[in-house]
Amino acid sequence: MADLTLRVNGSEKKVSVSPETPLLWVLRDTLELTGTKFGCGAGLCGACTVHVDGSAIRSCSTPVSQVTGKSITTIEGLSANGLHVLQQAWIAEEVPQCGYCQTGQIMSAAALLATTPNPSDDQITQAMNGNLCRCGTYERIRKAIHRAASGGAR
Amino acid sequence: MSPLSRREFVGAGIAGAAGLVIGFYLPHKGAAEKESFSPNAYLRITPDNKVTVVVARSEMGQGVRTALPMILAEELEADWKQIEIEQAGASTLFGDQTTGGSASIRTTWDPMRKAGATAREMLISAAALTWGVPRSTCAAENGHIKHAASNRSFSYGDLVAKASTLPIPSDVTLKQSKDYKIVGQRLARVDSPAKVKGEAVFGIDFRMPGMKYAVLSRCPVIGGKVTSFDDKDSKKIAGVSYVGKISDSAVAVVAASAWGAMEGRRVLNVTWDEGPNKDLNTAAILASMKQAASKKGVNIYSAGDPAKVSGRKISAEYTLPFMAHAAMEPGNCTASYQGSKCELWAPTQVPQDCRDSVATAVGLDSDQVKVNVTLMGGGFGRRLEHDYAVEAALVSKAINSPVKVVWTREDDMRFSTYRPASIHQLAATLDGSGYPVALTHRLIAPSISGQKGQPVPNGVDPDLPDEAGPVYGIPNYSIEYVMTETPVPLGWMRSVYALQTAFALETFIDELAVAAGKDPVQFRLHLLEKDQDLPYFTTMWKTSRMRGVLQLVADRAGWGKPLPAGRYRGLACFGCFQSYMAEVVEISMENNQPRVHRVVAAVDCGQIVNPSILEQQIQGGIVYGLANALRAKITIEKGRVMQGNFDDYAPLRMEETPVVEVYAVPSVEAPTGIGEPSVPPVAPALCSAIYGATKKRIRALPILS
Repeated sequence: MADLTLRVNGSEKKVSVSPETPLLWVLRDTLELTGTKFGCGAGLCGACTVHVDGSAIRSCSTPVSQVTGKSITTIEGLSANGLHVLQQAWIAEEVPQCGYCQTGQIMSAAALLATTPNPSDDQITQAMNGNLCRCGTYERIRKAIHRAASGGAR
Repeated sequence: MSPLSRREFVGAGIAGAAGLVIGFYLPHKGAAEKESFSPNAYLRITPDNKVTVVVARSEMGQGVRTALPMILAEELEADWKQIEIEQAGASTLFGDQTTGGSASIRTTWDPMRKAGATAREMLISAAALTWGVPRSTCAAENGHIKHAASNRSFSYGDLVAKASTLPIPSDVTLKQSKDYKIVGQRLARVDSPAKVKGEAVFGIDFRMPGMKYAVLSRCPVIGGKVTSFDDKDSKKIAGVSYVGKISDSAVAVVAASAWGAMEGRRVLNVTWDEGPNKDLNTAAILASMKQAASKKGVNIYSAGDPAKVSGRKISAEYTLPFMAHAAMEPGNCTASYQGSKCELWAPTQVPQDCRDSVATAVGLDSDQVKVNVTLMGGGFGRRLEHDYAVEAALVSKAINSPVKVVWTREDDMRFSTYRPASIHQLAATLDGSGYPVALTHRLIAPSISGQKGQPVPNGVDPDLPDEAGPVYGIPNYSIEYVMTETPVPLGWMRSVYALQTAFALETFIDELAVAAGKDPVQFRLHLLEKDQDLPYFTTMWKTSRMRGVLQLVADRAGWGKPLPAGRYRGLACFGCFQSYMAEVVEISMENNQPRVHRVVAAVDCGQIVNPSILEQQIQGGIVYGLANALRAKITIEKGRVMQGNFDDYAPLRMEETPVVEVYAVPSVEAPTGIGEPSVPPVAPALCSAIYGATKKRIRALPILS
């Protein structure tokens, strides 16, 4: 066990966990931020996507010890009121079905828009291809990203 | 952070944007509820003008928490914005609460309408009595009863006390489709805001004070058992508090976190009795099915007599593999066993089955077990099993503490219940123009219900009546079911036997069309040209409705119009869960593999409750069907499932996903199933397009094997 300090969604959190614990489980079980999901545990599905220093990473495959001192953002911290332009676009395009993968999808999309404010279809596919959705919402995700990129209008 | 208390949890998942709240059904009525107007279990109106609709089906993404209340609200003449939604747990008030078989709308259509209409009529009576005016001069509108002549109005909340004293009418008039204001509208789903904010509480997100986490070590060989285990290393893992055998076939590792439990299991040493299936493999299973194929089956559809028809004959055989649901949220369930009672928080399609199975497993009566239904991260039929719930209850009882059992992705893949593998033998006798005047379809597959020890009346798997019916008005037509057996655990997977049946039948029809040198749409329309009712168990399949979707899809897909070079189309149609579906798939070939660019779908599912949710279901079903067609295959070696994660059992990703266009035949018929009917036509339509491109006929799935 190790006492670690994490910077999550802008505030410092002290946790006492094994340093090799994946960030996912520290977020979910220790910090009770369950918006970040467990899907595969192997970096294959993207349900666990969070931002570390602004980049989208798979928290299921990232030992917590690797992210101390870095800025971690989860879906709960993506925006102050939960209404990031992507979240609004996701609602407007009626993207979620079961919804389980959608927080990870939104985090991947947010990282994309941060570097590529007006992505092409190919850029969207490239950025989102690591995020699985078994409900098959991909085309609505694409539309929602375009909507968000154009300022929410369509 | 403190654990979320029960009270907070009940209020979790507030969907603010639509003014709708999703709560959990609380059977113990508080003071406020005592003053409520509640003419039936689906509805409660309180003096503060809150209208609460109880949803007695499980939300797994298919939109029941939105669509079912819309049906009730329509008849109630409610203001949609005043509706609050409660999720029913296992109850005795709602009949069978199983969520499956594309049945939620079709089985609640009548009860939800009657529930709303009954309340509406009572509210009208309450207002009329209060005002002392004839009932006929009062009308319900947008959450109010209005008396136009005197310009007076009551909100529904105003009428709670009076309405509660009135007799409940037994016979109420239901609205006509043309007067609908809510049903048929693209109302936003009530669950979207919480889902995009990360606030939605799925089963795996539930927590309660004192809750521990468990993972189970299960025998990798189907049917194997625990001989012994050594937990010395497991107990060295920080947080591991318990290791114990909880059933013949599983050892539980309990820890303070899910990760701790997984780590504890990683170093657990279990000796297994691998049992009778330790040499089982897929090739042997298929060989035994092939052998069984010579057995006489049970006739499940019969028209004329194919044996008496002479002419040119064509036959073909098709084979499909075992498949896994692979929902995004792995299996899980939370249980709190406390001596004389047990409470569960279960992502389940079968709350009542969970209740009864848990009661048996832990030695309680069913009424001592309470099952709360959480959101599900996909179901696809996997959560029609109660295994997670029983495991959670057994572990909770063993450790005398609340516990959440969590499955890993590998657990979910290897200990699933699988879509049955099947073999299909089709034969046709053709007339001089190459049209079949006789067709036989022999479906050789194990019975899901039979394996589970459930009734299989007359040797017919009870799912077949929804999933294996006739499509065409061929005068001599028989469908026969040959039941086989397998030790591979079987389950109901989205569209169940319809996927297999449609792949075989529609590929065969495509082969016949090619052999006859005819266009596949014209060929099918010829087989559907006469208006016929094809009786199949309790469904009357109508050739006119199948013709309708076929013509619609052909029209919208531009069938017959030239495609760009390198593009090919394929088409298939099928009916299941009482709905009619036709799809056109447009592909190109890249590196010998199909790339699907566009799918056009046409459906006739009767009255549409929410077109947006309908489109979601069809788009999603087609993506699911494409993954099934292209890659889904579970194989067994040495009694073990060989696939474990999304690398060796790969769902569709964005780069492979086509644009899907959805068109519906306008209808005021009673609504029929929509969660599953879009899945079956995908594979045969895709294989038809591949044939167009390559002249290679695919008779076994998956395509990329």
